[in-house]
Amino acid sequence: MEQVFSRPQSLIDVPFHFCPGCHHGIIHRLTAECIDRYALQETSIAVASVGCSVFLYDYLDVDVLEAPHGRAAAVATGVKRARPDRFVFTYQGDGDLAAIGTAEIIHAANRGDRITVIFVNNTVFGMTGGQMAPTTMPGQETTTTPFGRDPAVNGFPIRMAELLGGLTGTTFVARGAVDTPKNLVKTRKYMQRAFEVQTTGEGFGFVEILSACPTNWKMSPERANKRVKEEMIPYFPLGIFKGGDA
Amino acid sequence: METLFVKGNEAIAMGAIEAGCRFYFGYPITPQNDIPEYMSKHLPAVGGTFIQAESEIASINMLLGASATGARAMTSSSSPGISLKQEGISYLCGSQIPGVIVNMSRSGPGLGGISPSQGDYFQATRGGGHGDYRTIVLAPSSVQEAYDLTMRAFDLADKYRNPVLILGDALLGQIKEPLKTRPYRGTPPEKDWILTGASGRPRRILKSLYLSEGELTDHNWFLYRKYQQMKREIRFETQNLDDAKLLVVAFGSLARIVKSAVGMAREKGMLIGLLRPITLYPFPYAALEKISRKIRNFMAVELSTGQMVEDVKLAVGHKKNQVDFYGRPPGSIPSPDEIFHEIAKVYKKRIA
Ligand SMILES: Cc1ncc(C[n+]2csc(CCOP(=O)(O)OP(=O)(O)O)c2C)c(N)n1
Ligand code: SF4
Repeated sequence: MEQVFSRPQSLIDVPFHFCPGCHHGIIHRLTAECIDRYALQETSIAVASVGCSVFLYDYLDVDVLEAPHGRAAAVATGVKRARPDRFVFTYQGDGDLAAIGTAEIIHAANRGDRITVIFVNNTVFGMTGGQMAPTTMPGQETTTTPFGRDPAVNGFPIRMAELLGGLTGTTFVARGAVDTPKNLVKTRKYMQRAFEVQTTGEGFGFVEILSACPTNWKMSPERANKRVKEEMIPYFPLGIFKGGDA
Repeated sequence: METLFVKGNEAIAMGAIEAGCRFYFGYPITPQNDIPEYMSKHLPAVGGTFIQAESEIASINMLLGASATGARAMTSSSSPGISLKQEGISYLCGSQIPGVIVNMSRSGPGLGGISPSQGDYFQATRGGGHGDYRTIVLAPSSVQEAYDLTMRAFDLADKYRNPVLILGDALLGQIKEPLKTRPYRGTPPEKDWILTGASGRPRRILKSLYLSEGELTDHNWFLYRKYQQMKREIRFETQNLDDAKLLVVAFGSLARIVKSAVGMAREKGMLIGLLRPITLYPFPYAALEKISRKIRNFMAVELSTGQMVEDVKLAVGHKKNQVDFYGRPPGSIPSPDEIFHEIAKVYKKRIA
């Protein structure tokens, strides 16, 4: 019998610490698949960020450097400039990348650093217990927007893919989701392209991935998946924003 | 070997390149802009990379990334910029990643001014950032020493896998003096911890997060023992110790003015000696303690309202020994005459 599905070689065989229904695990797997696909396990230097994904090194079997909260893009710039022949990627949440690390990501992107950024947008600070993120939706209740995010007070959710896609320095920018098999397959393609623009030396690749945080959304995994489709995708449209057709 | 006439800032940049620094990340701030400017001009010729980052925070983190791959990297700034780098410096220590950080300090607090000051002594020697960490701190007092100590800073950073700070000030950075260049003679150590991609070896992880029971305690004890070992690197300069009745302690560019003042006092027959710490961390506590068994009177002179004086007091104790202080908050540089006058006052009060 032909085996059609197996654990990616670069994904370590241990149970994830993520909550049930969390998409981080799926996105970790997709990342590992890309590493394997382009045979990058021995040349990758991953930059882990701060957030629920901080334990990246527990799961991805590659060299890993841990960055301070938000600074992963700047750390990756340093790594890539010193080792231009290595594959360098960051894996960051929305609190990490779109709040404290906004300057670092915009400038790394604008310099066109040849790095790949995987950006997990779950509209909330997961690790610290569900506070408002820059991506939190209007009306969304979090522990610091107990009455729902009021744009008049807190501004609007920030669309990072659109923002970075507008910069001359970026080469490939896309937004995907992993709530359905169809979206997952598309997202996998986006990630592959974001990997390729680095391996071919073309430039900066960025994939935003809409992700569920059932725990902090206080929802079942099924309900959380539904929310991605009904609330998030309309505001954060999926597709390619730079470097190809949607 | 050549003799050149250069600024302190340029000497630091030249020393760094000579020591094999190939990556410089920085953000402009007066009075250290000659360093990034020199680096931007001269690094490309030796195959190095200069990046003007978007902030001091980004530049220290770029250094973290480059150093993690084994490269020799440097960043420089001045007081407010160093405050922003403190987060990164703490992470470098926690993850045991080397790097050289130059503070050509100016005056504060806040935006303060661009005049020379030694008000960053606490920040430099006490960690500055969060957590129980230490960085080696070198305090050059001449253009020549700035060059020599920068080379040494890279060796120390690699030896201890720890950031090393060079603490100068606006005076040292801007003064122009003859510099005798010399070839770098050290050999960077084998680095068996760097990240290069896990080809032909198990993967490596560089991190500062330790959550399992007891893990962080062990890590902190390990770092503590490392900081103890750094005592081997203590350096200082002394003058006229033999017959001194009053020992003046000063560091950095100010120590040169103090030296002239002590010379003037000697000419007038006052038995005054000088100790200039070259490593501010580790501080020469033991040496001062030993001296304090013979000399009873000390005087710290600083371009601040008093920071290093606390270390002098810690070293010599309070009971039998007198520690006087003359400090000058930023805004103007004292002349040798003024310092002489202050030292003479203490000498008259305590000795003559
Ligand atoms: C300088 C600093 N500020 C704040 C924190 C606390 N902190 C840890 S994770 C986090 C937010 C993470 O949210 P996100 O990036 O969205 O990742 P998620 O946990 O949702 O996957 C914050 C604020 C920190 N570690 N460092
Ligand atoms: S808190 Fe949210 S983001 Fe974090 S592991 Fe749980 S579900 Fe995932």
